[in-house]
Amino acid sequence: MLLIPCPHCGPRAEIEFRHAGEAHLVRRTEGVDDAEWGGYLYARANPRGLHAERWRHIHGCGRFFNLMRDTVTDKVMDTGDAS
Amino acid sequence: MEFSALTLLSNALSGHRKWERQWRSPEPKRAYDVVIVGGGGHGLATAYYLAAKHGVTNVAVLEKGWLGGGNTGRNTTIIRSNYLFDESAALYNHALKLWGGLAQELNYNIMFSPRGVLMLAHTVHDVQSAQRHVHANRINGVDNQWLSAAECKAFCPPLNVSPTARYPVLGGALQRSGGTARHDAVAWGYARGASARGVDIVEQTAVTGIRRAASGEVTGVETSRGFIGAKKVAVVAAGHTSVVMDMAGLRMPLESFPLQALVSEPVKPVFPCVVMSNTVHAYISQSDKGELVIGAGTDQYPSYSQTGGIHQLQHALEAIVELFPMFGRMRMLRSWGGIVDTTPDRSPIIGKTPVKGLYVNCGWGTGGFKATPGSGDVFAHTVAHDEPHPIAAPFSLERFTTGELIDEAAAAAVAH
Repeated sequence: MLLIPCPHCGPRAEIEFRHAGEAHLVRRTEGVDDAEWGGYLYARANPRGLHAERWRHIHGCGRFFNLMRDTVTDKVMDTGDAS
Repeated sequence: MEFSALTLLSNALSGHRKWERQWRSPEPKRAYDVVIVGGGGHGLATAYYLAAKHGVTNVAVLEKGWLGGGNTGRNTTIIRSNYLFDESAALYNHALKLWGGLAQELNYNIMFSPRGVLMLAHTVHDVQSAQRHVHANRINGVDNQWLSAAECKAFCPPLNVSPTARYPVLGGALQRSGGTARHDAVAWGYARGASARGVDIVEQTAVTGIRRAASGEVTGVETSRGFIGAKKVAVVAAGHTSVVMDMAGLRMPLESFPLQALVSEPVKPVFPCVVMSNTVHAYISQSDKGELVIGAGTDQYPSYSQTGGIHQLQHALEAIVELFPMFGRMRMLRSWGGIVDTTPDRSPIIGKTPVKGLYVNCGWGTGGFKATPGSGDVFAHTVAHDEPHPIAAPFSLERFTTGELIDEAAAAAVAH
């Protein structure tokens, strides 16, 4: 189980959180063709290494935040408020 | 060398010291017609069917570790085909039919045991969903039948069907032709069959890049042992598919998650079938060595660590002891994780890619082992003819652009 540093509540156990997917996906609304829309909905970086992701502290403050994690070691490298 | 009663006897008399290696380990050639990236069950099956059915024998299988050391050797070996939608039923039932004759075809004992797969229903919603699956399966010619709670108990005596259970068993869907097989033997049997037909099995060789011509098509792969030319590159890299496809500049609709399993200490035969429950989340069978083989869930975050959270194992074991109180004092021997590549619709991707000469077979998520023969067969056809096999056609990469998803989330073995 991961120890997740919530930027608002401090380090808490992973079961207090919900993983909310890859961070920084940009949703464009104008002039978007099917390929770009499909890419926005489904294509993911899924890197072996540093992964920018969103988490939500559902059983705590309830807020979303960003986190950098190494997907090989699962070590959390950096965290920050999503706003 | 063929396996037969005579060869078994003669090798027993010579103390099992004269068995030959079952596949060659050649130095890689400078170029091949087809390079398969990934030496798991699906990749090796692809190589076997390319050689055996399509006459394509100038083939190399490149494996960064050892054969079947990834998800092929880490799964819970369950085989079934009771998927809801027509496309999935066709694909998985094609595989199930091939399982039946595979040991004979490969002349290799893969220990396929169609002992029956029982999927439990614990709520009214479960019952409705399971019965819908049973009806859809029967229309598609897929074996599946509905059992009452009492019939479940008769089929699987260790099962607790007490109405006072936290999630009482209300019935179950039974696929009698489902079961288990020996996972290592599947990889080894396909490797042996492919190697005998001229395929080069190259282990301990990692692909580090995909080389493309100025016009875009693939010309080969960079590896830890140098460049290997290829007219066609077929990626069958399971959890690492995104990493390999990124070498060709493609961003895949995949995320890779840890999925765990564990086995108990070995005991005498106590468990006659495979039982799965999506609601309390447990699946269990007994191996021929006597260990209970238990599957847990995926972690919620993408990872390549090949380990998972201990709370996932605890959750699975809580469900197991609720369903089978007699296992409450059994000791677990070991646990492990594999990295599964999941698609948004929980269906695989089999087919061509936007890059000419590059093919991909991935996205099997938490349930790829059961499909190994069918997957290899339809993918080999796709690679050999540069045209999707009719069964594989709906599972194209383009479906994530067209929106023609095959949403089997409800049929997957693991709650996501």
